[in-house]
Amino acid sequence: MPRKNFALSAVAILLSIVVFLVPFAFILLTAMKTRQEASLLDFSWPTQFRFVQNFIDVVQARDYMLIIAFINSTILTVASVTLMVVFGAMVAFTLQRKRSRWNGLINGFVLAGLIIPPAVVPTIWVLQKAGLFRTLPGLILVEIAFGLAFVILLFRAFIGTIPRELDEAAVIDGAGPARLFFRVILPLLKPVIVTSIVVQSVAVFNDFTNPLYFLPGDQNATVQLTLYNFSSQYNTQYNLLFMNILLITIPPLIMFLFFNRQIVAGMTSGAVKG
Amino acid sequence: MATTTVHRSARTRSDASAAGRVRAHSPYTNWFYLPAAVIYGVLFLVPTVIAFYFSLTRWSIFDSKFIGFDNYKTFFQEPALVSSLWHTLVYAVLTSGLKVVLGLGLAMLLTSQIIGRGYLRSVVFFPVLVSTIGVGLTFTVLMNPERGLINQSLDLVGISGPGWLTDPSLALISVGLVDVWKGVGLATLIYIAGIVSIPQEYFEAARVDGAGAWDNFRHIVLPLARPATVTVIILSLIGGLRSFDLIWAMTKGGPGFTSDVIASVIYKQYQAGFYGLSTAGNVVLFLVVTAIILPLSRFLNRKEVEL
Amino acid sequence: MRTRHIAITLLATASMALTACSAGSLGSSDDSGGDGKVTISFLYDNGSETAKIGDQLVKDFTAKNPNITIKTETRPQGTDGDNLIKTRLSTGDMSDVFMYNSGSLFQALAPEKNLAPLGDTENIGNLDKNFTTTVSSNGKIYGVPWGGFMAGAILYNKDVYAKLGLQIPKTWDDFMANNAQIKAGGVDPVIQTYGETWTSQLFILGDYANVNTADPQWAEKYTKNQAKYATTPAALAGFQHLQDVHDKGYENKDFASAKLTDGLRYLATGKGAQYPILSAMVSQLIADNPGSEDKVGLFPIPGTDAAQNKLTVWSPNGVYIPSSTTGAKLEAAKKFLAFIASTDGCNSQTTASTPTGPYAVKGCTVGDKVPQAVKDMQGFIDSGQSSLALEFLSPVKGPALEQICVEVGSGIRKADAAAKLYDEDVKKQAQQLGLEGW
Repeated sequence: MPRKNFALSAVAILLSIVVFLVPFAFILLTAMKTRQEASLLDFSWPTQFRFVQNFIDVVQARDYMLIIAFINSTILTVASVTLMVVFGAMVAFTLQRKRSRWNGLINGFVLAGLIIPPAVVPTIWVLQKAGLFRTLPGLILVEIAFGLAFVILLFRAFIGTIPRELDEAAVIDGAGPARLFFRVILPLLKPVIVTSIVVQSVAVFNDFTNPLYFLPGDQNATVQLTLYNFSSQYNTQYNLLFMNILLITIPPLIMFLFFNRQIVAGMTSGAVKG
Repeated sequence: MATTTVHRSARTRSDASAAGRVRAHSPYTNWFYLPAAVIYGVLFLVPTVIAFYFSLTRWSIFDSKFIGFDNYKTFFQEPALVSSLWHTLVYAVLTSGLKVVLGLGLAMLLTSQIIGRGYLRSVVFFPVLVSTIGVGLTFTVLMNPERGLINQSLDLVGISGPGWLTDPSLALISVGLVDVWKGVGLATLIYIAGIVSIPQEYFEAARVDGAGAWDNFRHIVLPLARPATVTVIILSLIGGLRSFDLIWAMTKGGPGFTSDVIASVIYKQYQAGFYGLSTAGNVVLFLVVTAIILPLSRFLNRKEVEL
Repeated sequence: MRTRHIAITLLATASMALTACSAGSLGSSDDSGGDGKVTISFLYDNGSETAKIGDQLVKDFTAKNPNITIKTETRPQGTDGDNLIKTRLSTGDMSDVFMYNSGSLFQALAPEKNLAPLGDTENIGNLDKNFTTTVSSNGKIYGVPWGGFMAGAILYNKDVYAKLGLQIPKTWDDFMANNAQIKAGGVDPVIQTYGETWTSQLFILGDYANVNTADPQWAEKYTKNQAKYATTPAALAGFQHLQDVHDKGYENKDFASAKLTDGLRYLATGKGAQYPILSAMVSQLIADNPGSEDKVGLFPIPGTDAAQNKLTVWSPNGVYIPSSTTGAKLEAAKKFLAFIASTDGCNSQTTASTPTGPYAVKGCTVGDKVPQAVKDMQGFIDSGQSSLALEFLSPVKGPALEQICVEVGSGIRKADAAAKLYDEDVKKQAQQLGLEGW
């Protein structure tokens, strides 16, 4: 085992503090200040701690909009990411295993989904025809549609590393397609599932434009839209704005701590080989 | 988990060959495409096709009139577009280049014997999880030319900092740097994964040959982490070419038009109510991204096979 | 393995079931019940003064009409808001009542198709003609006024003027001469705040009264594509003024990053002397800087002729009903609009926020406790020394004017090139509207 490099470690830790921790410390400090002090925008220790008061102000603002937004965003993220991952894995599995003349076309669609920017107004028309516009299920379906391509790409690369013989053995044991996939293949996909969940949850939870268009109205707010409201409404109330940024960063943080170890594992085994 | 998988697959392989190739039914069914195909088809493909038609119309959202390719002509006459094409390329190349270099460097650092490795990995990756709008707002404040933390710190050491977001020649680069700050964690992670999966035998053999750290990097890591490089380049180029959120949150394309990229020009046309023009812009953006990404990914992947 | 499979399925179905029953409302229902009670929704922008006015109007109206409940919603300001409104109108999903600009932005909503005409609504006859023309299409009125008339003019700090012994300028040359003295006195002569880009446009938009003086038919010719900013000296002057101010170094040092609130603070504290802005911002000026109501005055953006010193005036925003509102909700919505168009409605608004200009409802007064800037403005309107802004006389307005103005005011682009660029920019809008001659 080589010796640890102390000088390099010290430099790295010092730099990481300046580059990565200071901006977060700034958010935290500003979130604790009074309105006047926060408006100076400087990096200083608060003279008066208003953390609790700012917290209450932000939560209560616009009739507890933040609470509603958290509920909405949680439902949205959990539902859309779950379905996105299951459906994406099903497509990737079939696409990887089954040779047919449609494969080229399907691959083309997947790439198109990654490259083409979505068209807002026609999507709203379709949702309206289906009676899903302005509903959370509608937005969930939209997020699934826009996120599928990326998930399929991740999964396809990984499934390529699972031996086909496994499938054949399962078939001999009398497994049909559904049982083969859900009970043999899906459990093996755990690392890449974790990666997809993390990446896509962050994308959906932090999504800003889709909720703005497909789920308008204060009663339907998602967390990123609260930020948007605060940033114009509290033009000068930086303390509340940063408190809001702080609060909506907590769920991704929890998820990160929860999955921290598995993320690298998932990347190692699948994503890179794409 | 990983080890059991290996054992089991080894066993099943012999089972399968012993039993011969008995196959009653294909275990793969097209039904598996159905849920994804319905959602993707209805909510992505159909609107995209409709939008393509509308890119050939003068469309005021309330009614539309077919005008052929006039929108495309107008779009290419838009003075902001020509400069924004250039900005988009600069932005995409700058951000993905820096992500490759910094990501690889950080990954080397974070896979070496170093104190506080877990902390460093977390802290580098964490910005990836924060909302783009939140990051944009925070850095807009930090980069404020008079009162921002960055310039005040520079003042302390006697440097008068520039107007990061207000100087026309700097704004685009400043936003690009923030993009790198936010995105380098993902690139680092991909590289870490690539480096970790390099078999230790290579390094041991190199040590026997008396190779130093630089030789390790030059002759083992660089070539063998190539798939990671390809992934980072492709992902960050697509991201950079389409990038919009951060630019919009920080400069809205300004000052003037100096940090406008294609995506922000499209969004402005959309905001102004020129829906036909904006959808035409979307088609242009799609063509630009495809024209860059497709040959590039062919090229990068072919080189990989030759390796 | 089986449990995992079941867990995933359960999770998916559970979340679908959850979403089916709530899209997030914490309990209230919005259906019109059978007992004569009606609930309507009311959308306005998220400006800090707007919310105060909106809430007060709702409170006073529902106190008199206990059967009607009004739920308020907010939307972003600026072009994000424009877009949201157009999208919701085109998809038939607009709230029952909404507040939006009058003039060219109102025309872009295709009123005849999307809005309910207010012909038979009570109090419509009480409205000022100058206002109703800006919310009418083909002779039908669609909106009632929110707030009062505003001016696009220069707010100035009276203390700075008094200290330096300056006179209110009546021509642009006087103005520039004042600026030289102000700068010598250690004060920033002209406040610019490009941190919020819309504030950059006032030297051009607020100069329209001078263009109108030079050629009263200009708006008409402009709509017909017969007159251009770049080729009309009086119109080009606005861009030229902006360039002059930058070239002479008369802007505050942080003009590129300062925001509206900063600009108002500089004006109130005397760090800056003059701020070309909409007079409606006076209410925010006073809210943020108590005591500034008597310290800040207003004068029109000066032109070439001291005898023709006229003010450019903006019509109030309108409150409209979309055509998607029907039945009992439509009746309730019309009642609400009638209230807004009454003297009680004006009083309600006066209670909520400092009036920033004369109301467009006959019989309404702003009271005598109005800020100095509003008094100055009233003088010009009462004596007829005013003209409506171009956006109320012509539907042609380009979307990129604010960015172009930022460029001129920052020295990135010269005035004549900017005027040409803006002439190109408006072409798209004119074509989109299907106007003749483009």
